[in-house]
Amino acid sequence: MNETRKLVEQENVVEENHEEVMTRQVASHDDVPVFRTKDLSVFYGDFRAVRDVNVYIKAREITAFIGPSGCGKSTVLRCFDRMNDLIPTARVEGTVEYHGVNLYDREVDAVEVRRRVGMVFQKPNPFPKSIYDNLAFGPRLNGVKKKADLDVIVESSLKRAALWDEVKDRLKASAMGLSGGQQQRLCIARCIAVEPDVILMDEPCSALDPIATARIEDLMQEIKRDFTIIIVTHNMQQAARVSDQTAFFTTEVNPESDRRTGVLVEFDKTQKMFSNPSDSRTEAYVTGRFG
Amino acid sequence: MALSTPSKFGASSAAGLTERITNGKRDVKGRVVEWLLLATLGVTLLILVALIVNLLDRAWPVLNGRFGDFLSSGLDASNAQEAGVWQAIRGTLTLAIIVIVVSFPLGIACAVYLEEYASRSRLARLIRINVRNLAGVPSIVYGILGLTIFVKFAGGITGGRTVIAGGLTLSVLVLPVVVITASEALRAVPRSIREGAMGVGATQWETVRSHVLPSAAPGILTGTMLALSRAAGEAAPLLLVGGITGLLRTGNLSLWEQITDGGFTSMPVAIFSYARQTGADFQAVTAAASLILLVLVVVINGLAIWLRNRFERNW
Repeated sequence: MNETRKLVEQENVVEENHEEVMTRQVASHDDVPVFRTKDLSVFYGDFRAVRDVNVYIKAREITAFIGPSGCGKSTVLRCFDRMNDLIPTARVEGTVEYHGVNLYDREVDAVEVRRRVGMVFQKPNPFPKSIYDNLAFGPRLNGVKKKADLDVIVESSLKRAALWDEVKDRLKASAMGLSGGQQQRLCIARCIAVEPDVILMDEPCSALDPIATARIEDLMQEIKRDFTIIIVTHNMQQAARVSDQTAFFTTEVNPESDRRTGVLVEFDKTQKMFSNPSDSRTEAYVTGRFG
Repeated sequence: MALSTPSKFGASSAAGLTERITNGKRDVKGRVVEWLLLATLGVTLLILVALIVNLLDRAWPVLNGRFGDFLSSGLDASNAQEAGVWQAIRGTLTLAIIVIVVSFPLGIACAVYLEEYASRSRLARLIRINVRNLAGVPSIVYGILGLTIFVKFAGGITGGRTVIAGGLTLSVLVLPVVVITASEALRAVPRSIREGAMGVGATQWETVRSHVLPSAAPGILTGTMLALSRAAGEAAPLLLVGGITGLLRTGNLSLWEQITDGGFTSMPVAIFSYARQTGADFQAVTAAASLILLVLVVVINGLAIWLRNRFERNW
């Protein structure tokens, strides 16, 4: 009897959390873009990795970045949560506006940005700790201390990442024991657990088999209702399947220095990009004649 | 036919192929190298075994005759029948504790700063090179440093030629080793772990404390244990900063008095003072003391290996 009541209470809390998210999302929605870049260029030392990128990312849509290797799509993605800060020589020109605030302004705290803009990496990177601790880490940073509250967040995050049923009996087991696909869903759950505004995914399926990939893609469609998602992918079919908008990047060779710089070729609705692209290079790429 | 084995291998028939791949030339060079490597390994092991057998043989009169007495007697280089090692063992353990308390936290903190906070600066690179050079400085030089700084300059605090001065000297001696091994352990933590933590909004310190340090702990622990075993085996710097040779009387001093001004010795220092004496009796005492130091060092190294295996992670 007691247990039933406890469960009901937990459900309520989950619902409350959900409502909170919904209201916040509605507030931040409308047609104001979540991100807008203006003439964004990223340098590694003297080398300009990518130049003059202008994109806008709408709330609760999935935006895909596609293009051949080395075209700078991951580099651009990593500007959205200031992850490039971790690379000593990286430098940014132009602006990346997040709800109207330039992320590269001096006053902006990268840590606060990363609490709102989560990231899922190419290779699943669970912490070498228990499944529970992987999920509880973020909320604990945000000051959630009570075990009951953490339990609720862990459960709801795992459920939203479609992983709960597989791991509910071994939350204390090491996350390193999960399969690759499960680890990646765990990383997505870890991201969700801090209730971010945006989730960045850097080739999240490139280390996974087709079945695990399909599960992640389904999951993306599920969580799209709550989060804005930007995904970098090598897989054009994946971009066509999951995304609402697509940005196509390619590389240009500088004839003087013989160095390759990434450029944004075209940015539009996914349907248009794959059926009727404006740029011939996009067409060549999406039809498989190049790249 | 187009898909058959290329004719340059001369295997036109199935039987020919079988013969070729089962009965070909032996890899003579490879076998020679393998044997040579095994031989060098054998020589190395042989030297080690010879050393231990020789020590056991020479130490036998002490081990067999008065081992308990030997363990419980004090330092006395005038009478082989009275000579013992308990003060030396206690001294070595006290020194080890000081090294653990002083150089481990300091060295690990330095490594965390160099690797996690300052890795991109030119200054850090310069410091790192110099730390490596410091690790190669002969121990006697650290002895001079200890004498100047810990005994003379800071004598008011350390009490002069005390075990504290000795411990601090050894701490400085192993500090570069601790910094280097801890740095390497920190560098071995994959960047993906740091990114994962930062990706959910951890600050740099939160990332280091919750993920990087725990992940690097086994490596750090191994390195520090090896540094400790080096400190346990040093005689030269201790001789300079007041390690007692010859005769050490502690009388009725309390433990604190012994530490602050009772004079100290350590295993290597005791071995040194016994080895200077002539006669078969002292040879036996020296060998027995050496064996005990050897056991001590092996135990520390064994602990390091055990800790590494116990906490080793697979990424």
